[in-house]
Amino acid sequence: MIGLIPEMFTYPFMCRAFAVGSLIALCAALLGVTLVLKRYSMIGDGLSHVGFGALAIASAMNAAPLAVAIPVVMAAAVALLYLSENSRIHGDAAIALISTGSLAVGVTVVSMTTGMNTDVYNYLFGSILSMSEGDVVLTAVISAAVLVVFLLFYNRIFAVTFDETFARATGIRTGRLSILIAVLTALVIVIGMRMMGSLLISSLVVFPALTSMRVFKTFRGVMISAGIVSVVCLLLGLTISYLHATPTGASIVLCNIAAFFIYLGISKVREKTYNKG
Amino acid sequence: MSLISCENLSFAYEGVTVLHDLNFTVERGNYLCIVGENGAGKSTLMKGLLHLKKPSAGTLTTGEGLRPDRIGYLPQQTPVQRDFPASVNEVVLSGCLPGLGLFPFYRKQDREKALRNMEALEIADLKNRSYRELSGGQQQRVLLARALCATGELLLLDEPVAGLDPLVTAGMYGLIRKINKEMGITVIMVSHDLKAATRYASHILHLGEDRQLFFGRTESYKKSAAYHAFMGEAAVHIRKQGKAAKDPAQADKGGV
Ligand SMILES: Nc1ncnc2c1ncn2[C@@H]1O[C@H](COP(=O)(O)OP(=O)(O)O)[C@@H](O)[C@H]1O
Ligand SMILES: [Mg+2]
Repeated sequence: MIGLIPEMFTYPFMCRAFAVGSLIALCAALLGVTLVLKRYSMIGDGLSHVGFGALAIASAMNAAPLAVAIPVVMAAAVALLYLSENSRIHGDAAIALISTGSLAVGVTVVSMTTGMNTDVYNYLFGSILSMSEGDVVLTAVISAAVLVVFLLFYNRIFAVTFDETFARATGIRTGRLSILIAVLTALVIVIGMRMMGSLLISSLVVFPALTSMRVFKTFRGVMISAGIVSVVCLLLGLTISYLHATPTGASIVLCNIAAFFIYLGISKVREKTYNKG
Repeated sequence: MSLISCENLSFAYEGVTVLHDLNFTVERGNYLCIVGENGAGKSTLMKGLLHLKKPSAGTLTTGEGLRPDRIGYLPQQTPVQRDFPASVNEVVLSGCLPGLGLFPFYRKQDREKALRNMEALEIADLKNRSYRELSGGQQQRVLLARALCATGELLLLDEPVAGLDPLVTAGMYGLIRKINKEMGITVIMVSHDLKAATRYASHILHLGEDRQLFFGRTESYKKSAAYHAFMGEAAVHIRKQGKAAKDPAQADKGGV
């Protein structure tokens, strides 16, 4: 079976999946740290459902999937952010409404037009084969842009995540920064959805952050660890998916679950030795 | 011209005025303590001074080139999540952000400034420790160092010693005095502790139910009716709370 691994790289679609997948995994992990700490994980989850609705409508209209999904999910990101900040009591309920609502719209559109074909299955659970060459270029450009913007705003993002009141008092436009974070998240969700599937993409955002927070105790440490864990899990997951013909997204998520328990183990062992010494 | 001057300043929440007609001025180098009961509006006034809350009436003028975003601030409560990963250095450095303007990264002088402030507050050895693993007193010092990075002129502190044990509290007051005297930074502090306020501050602003009871120099405050009324009340309060105040759960939170 090991012999199959070199063979894997002779397929252009696998090389594309590895390259683009790593970029997406990195973006998702870095943004994920902020989303988890800011308690915005639910927004990421809601957006992936909105993304499914948008993709279903795009395929029914025979439009380019990304061209439809990107603006729709971005708008939804800003709306979800507004809901979660302004209606304190019903914020999470509103997010649930929007995400199940979009799923319902998507499923209805699908059943009225194409029916449950492989395309739709892939939207839900992801596929490495779904990336066309045009998609690859667009995805690479978008994820590179997300990375650059994220790095430029890294220190400000830390400040608003750690203590929003202080950040606001010292002149940081926290409202605008939140919108920026939401928009970046929307972009990552949309471009990651093709590979991971809309039902699983939010785990790419949430898992590496939660995993890294078991062991690392500084913001930068968690960021770096999350990036590495995410990329490693993606590479492993893709390989497993290739070798055993398992669904890509699910394989990656399983690797992330394994990583979580490894980190949990490390933190427990460390606690024990700390308590003894 | 004063650093800050307020004329008939009022604040309201949803149309209900919680502070009426404040009149006071703060000069460079002053150490102003704002005292008053819970709910008197002290935190609200702080937010007003920081331009986080708009006054409902009156004027608030800042002079001598003081920029509202260059004020150091120590919030009353920093509701940092229990598991937030951040090193002391990361927290203190974030105070340098307002000085960066549009530049995205910290420069060498920012790192040096952060280190200087950590040294001044005797927390330089905690630099790489995790913020969430520090004691309450150590955390307050970290936040104070962050506030110092944000300003060279004016520091606003909202109940900086709440929840700290007496020894740590005394250390904190000493540091704040040092900041005021040695670094020449103007201090405005909200306090519950009238004894400490009258001991350290140069000026007192006493807020009553919804208005100003006293503003002036500390010496004249000690002779005022507002002071004696407040002291009398506090004494009764302490006697009533006698046993509750010795709550041991409070004591083990501090410890630098
Ligand atoms: N966000 C808010 N919305 C409505 N009322 C508030 C808000 N914050 C404070 N208040 C009210 O304003 C008054 C002053 O509060 P505050 O400034 O926190 O007092 P202090 O800091 O002196 O204890 C209180 O009566 C409080 O209930
Ligand atoms: Mg208060």
